Amino acid sequence: MSTGKEQVIYWLIRMVMYAIVMVIGYIIFDIVWHGLPALSWDFISQYPRKGGAEGGILPAIVGTLSLLVGTIAVSLPLGICSAIYLSEYAEQSRFTAMIRLAIITLAGVPSIVYGLFGLGFFVLLLNFGTSILAGCLTLACMILPTIIVSSEEALRAVPSGYRDASLALGATKWETIRTNVLPYSLSGIITGSILGIGRAAGETAPILLTVAAFYLPRLPNSIFDQVMALPYHLYILATQHPEADKVLPLQYATALVLLLLVLGLSLGAIFIRIHFRKKYRW
Amino acid sequence: MVETSLFPADTDHVITTRQVNFFYGAVQALFDITMDIPGRRVTAFIGPSGCGKSTFLRIFNRMNDTIAGTRLEGEVLINGEDIYQKSNNVVHLRRKVGMVFQKSNPFPKSIFDNVAYGPRIHGIKDKQQLAGIVEQSLMRSALWDEVKDRLETNALGLSGGQQQRLCIARALAVGPEILLMDEPASALDPKSTIRIEDLIGELRNDYTIVIVTHNMQQAARISDYTAFFYEGRLVEFNATKKIFTKPREKQTEDYITGRFG
Repeated sequence: MSTGKEQVIYWLIRMVMYAIVMVIGYIIFDIVWHGLPALSWDFISQYPRKGGAEGGILPAIVGTLSLLVGTIAVSLPLGICSAIYLSEYAEQSRFTAMIRLAIITLAGVPSIVYGLFGLGFFVLLLNFGTSILAGCLTLACMILPTIIVSSEEALRAVPSGYRDASLALGATKWETIRTNVLPYSLSGIITGSILGIGRAAGETAPILLTVAAFYLPRLPNSIFDQVMALPYHLYILATQHPEADKVLPLQYATALVLLLLVLGLSLGAIFIRIHFRKKYRW
Repeated sequence: MVETSLFPADTDHVITTRQVNFFYGAVQALFDITMDIPGRRVTAFIGPSGCGKSTFLRIFNRMNDTIAGTRLEGEVLINGEDIYQKSNNVVHLRRKVGMVFQKSNPFPKSIFDNVAYGPRIHGIKDKQQLAGIVEQSLMRSALWDEVKDRLETNALGLSGGQQQRLCIARALAVGPEILLMDEPASALDPKSTIRIEDLIGELRNDYTIVIVTHNMQQAARISDYTAFFYEGRLVEFNATKKIFTKPREKQTEDYITGRFG
């Protein structure tokens, strides 16, 4: 292998990497540059006025946060349990191969299809109405494949020697999983789950049909209420507002808040990950 | 093949197998193995790779159950009890029959938590009692002096040989009668290997030890009885001295003199 060719490939890969970082950097810079001047305490702590042209976005922040909490509460236990079943209990058969194929297929389904499913199943058939409950369940369905696939991978990465040792000491299968498989794979499970939850935070299509309110300047009282949500609010300001140009700074500020929210989630995940990595090294 | 006179009159046959056949799916791995393993002695299983000696060892604590598609025919008795009866509780069995694996596999937890793991899952919560068990087990496995000042540190910080002795301590902590060892020293340096062998020598009076080994010198050094396996069959089982000086079977002789395997 000639060193010249090595160098070319090396720089090519480097350039591609820089290009990606620059695009992301530009997007973040653009949002911060235009959004920061409009961002203030009032903006995040007040109700919107005049159809969103003035005032803050408190209901949208609360709406998105409550959707996230609900989505996590539904999807995390379901996803982890499914992953444990697939990785630890299920025999490798044609049936489980089909389940895996279905999960991977579901991961690629466009989000608007989940929105339509949520509308048909949760909103209409189960009669939850356009509500936080319906929205959370729809978002949970959407991110379940991501959580299951990444959790299963994290569980499989735990060396089988730990399982054998635990079983050989007389632990039952569940004791073994609970004490010597799950704790070691938590950092991987959390990382994968946060990826899914970050996606849920930013999606518009699934909540459009199941929960999001166009303009609702008050906070929700129950899980059967509609709420405003940051991505949908952003969409409305950008495309549906009569004076879209005038509210441009508000759009940027809303985008910035959404960005910070997702960033905060990721940071939280990284800290949890570091914590478990330190606790269980192998 | 095994005459009762093989063992001294005062030995109990702790493990007894009758016409054991074992299958991985459609592939038969063990053929018609009938064998008595004496109590409070060291019995070594030798034979070339793939001869079924590890599979046979893992029958005694039903570890093969964890592999999908395996099937056993015949009888396996431990202290007279058929361990493959449906009514037999595998958790109880594994408390009685401990196992040490080829690759040392301490949990990525503290040294203390590793040894206390077994007693804890069997319901011991009292801290003093646990501390006592941990100390005793580590003493028995000749590791106590090296680790007594750092019981709370991660077990993965120990050397390979120390890790394997920790695994032995962890197995002893649940109070087994039988100790199965699957090539416990094959991944260790010579010095650590000697320590493990010395340890087996110290444990031989209190435990029934069955050890699988690739190393024939090791079998000769540490075992009272040796069984030679070849292609899933038990070829010869006799006192170690006899096997290594006057083997009855030609195959055994060829193997121990290094003509194959």
